[in-house]
Amino acid sequence: MIEVADTMDLYLSMFERFEKQRGRGAWLLPIRKAAISRFAELGFPTTADEEWRYTNVGPIAGTAFEPAPEGAFLAGKLRPLLFDGGAAAPRLVFVNGRYTPELSSMGVLPKGVRLMSLREAIDREDETVRTHLARHARHEDQAFTALNTALLDDGAFLEVARGAIVEKPIQIIYVSTRGQTAWMANPRTLIVAGESSQVTVVETYVAAESGVYFNNVVTEIVAMENAVVDHYKVTRESDEAYHIGTLQLDQRRNSNVHSFAGSFGGGLVRHDIHTVLDGEGCDCGLNGLYMVDGTEHVDNHLVVEHAKPHCDSREFFKGILDGKGKGIFSGRIIVRPDAQKTDAKQTNMSLLMSEDAQVESKPQLEIFADDVKCTHGATIGQVNDEAVFYLRSRGLNEEAARGMLVHAFASEVLDRVKIEPLRAQLEELVVERLPQRGLLKRIA
Amino acid sequence: MLEIRNLHAKVEGREILRGVDLTVNAGEVHSIMGPNGSGKSTLAQVLAGRESYEVTDGEVLFDGKNLLDMDPDERACEGVFMAFQYPVEIPGVNMSYFMKAALNSVRKHRGEPELDAVDFLKLVKERAKIVKIDEKMLQRAVNEGFSGGEKKRNEIFQMAVLEPRLAILDETDSGLDIDALKIVSDGVNELRGPERAMVVITHYQRLLNYIVPDFVHVLVDGRIVKSGGKELALELEESGYASHEQQSRRREAMAL
Repeated sequence: MIEVADTMDLYLSMFERFEKQRGRGAWLLPIRKAAISRFAELGFPTTADEEWRYTNVGPIAGTAFEPAPEGAFLAGKLRPLLFDGGAAAPRLVFVNGRYTPELSSMGVLPKGVRLMSLREAIDREDETVRTHLARHARHEDQAFTALNTALLDDGAFLEVARGAIVEKPIQIIYVSTRGQTAWMANPRTLIVAGESSQVTVVETYVAAESGVYFNNVVTEIVAMENAVVDHYKVTRESDEAYHIGTLQLDQRRNSNVHSFAGSFGGGLVRHDIHTVLDGEGCDCGLNGLYMVDGTEHVDNHLVVEHAKPHCDSREFFKGILDGKGKGIFSGRIIVRPDAQKTDAKQTNMSLLMSEDAQVESKPQLEIFADDVKCTHGATIGQVNDEAVFYLRSRGLNEEAARGMLVHAFASEVLDRVKIEPLRAQLEELVVERLPQRGLLKRIA
Repeated sequence: MLEIRNLHAKVEGREILRGVDLTVNAGEVHSIMGPNGSGKSTLAQVLAGRESYEVTDGEVLFDGKNLLDMDPDERACEGVFMAFQYPVEIPGVNMSYFMKAALNSVRKHRGEPELDAVDFLKLVKERAKIVKIDEKMLQRAVNEGFSGGEKKRNEIFQMAVLEPRLAILDETDSGLDIDALKIVSDGVNELRGPERAMVVITHYQRLLNYIVPDFVHVLVDGRIVKSGGKELALELEESGYASHEQQSRRREAMAL
């Protein structure tokens, strides 16, 4: 650990070096500058900050991360992550934050779809990127977003033109490898779904091997009028890794956005999901499943902002907490004075698997309109002993019985994953993290 | 097959079973009757291996092996089955998935090869007929949203799939209308055989019109106070349990 003040200097000098290196994309420079100075003012949040009460980022603030090194990742190791056996699946693959064309493929994209590395789009001074990049995620008041915005180097850019329908899911895969020293990357994803378009995107963060690194992630999604966006984010980081991620969703009139956040590994993982329902008739569903074991820590931090009338939002997050792991769910629903006829529902269920696992569940409703329906519910429970006995009395041993019940708990969220091969992958991840995985695998 | 000797058991510190003796041989059907609170269900739970029931004295041998030393799943694998009085609802666990895992676990224990999906499906379809279960039920979560009758039929269906050597039916008749009672009884009768023993626990004589036992035992205050043939059940129907209860209390008072 080094002094936090010194790491701050480190980021400032990282920014200066970076500023000199980057030749093109000068248009972004004023935004970067504003972001780095905002970051310097805000500093890293502490647990005294209500929004960070349960997550201490001291270890991040006190580590002198180096810029991400180049990493090697073999195509063969990628294959299990790809849908439809791979070859034709449209995908952008990044290794340690760098776009890796030899692992990527445009597949067969329908007309009106633009998929490319964000760096390329910035360098080309792409009009859509200029309009939307860093216009939605809030670097003005979020330190990690400010840091990402200042240092963002590469990432994914996807634009779906008005009326275009993309049936195959598009994969964006960020692979992290072990470095000589602790390193950081600032992956950035921008997705713009045009009016009445439809697209499914799966963002995956995966560790090639165990290692200390910090992925400071920001994803911005803009769903234009009547657009349909299904977004999945799966984190499978190293158990020594830090992952701080912000997902900013801006929804225009009648748009329909569903997101799934699955956390299946990482030393410290934070998902900030911020949705602004900024037009009438929006539909928004935020689902999540998080599993922690060992000393893993996952903090889901959701803010759903109903800014306009007649919008529906549904939050459904489940946590399975084992070992000395900690799982946090904080869900804030804000209903602005204009947002009459809001229908917002929030559910968080936690399953405690060990005596040392910890759980926090914090709903917050801030309602400034008077004709709305807002509900929230949280349950924290353990595996039902009656059910365990019932299963055992039929011949299943204790671990198999418990595993089956935990699997059942997870299925309720996994059933909402609409991409069949992804659901299969996630089912497998759940089973792999359970005791008696062998038996459960054979049955399934 | 089953030998219970001087069995004493406590639940939450209270002694419920106070010296039960019972011998059951292969091919026999024994009925245990008794008033509420006499210890009938406790006996079933103890035999199935419920951990919250503490055995304080006595022994239970199953084919000469100490049953009380075995975990509940070991007992099931050895061939002991209990039909629950109150089957547990398990949301999210599909019936067919559960039964396949259970059956293969039992088969593995018996040294038999595991059944693949096709053979398993064939087997459950055939067994579902025994208790007139709609095959669609196999795609539902275990007992979730089942009616009372469906739950009891599901218990007998599971027994038909697992083919235990000793089946303990804990008040499988309670709360059933006459049609459901007939279906359940027909199912049970079909599963009777020279290699299989059954212990049928009931509060009501009515069940025994359909499942005719070889022996009837009256359990009062944690002890078997009278044993006899099937005619004993009819006798109880006439006279009730009151005289047996009085007798038991008198005996206790004298012992003090």
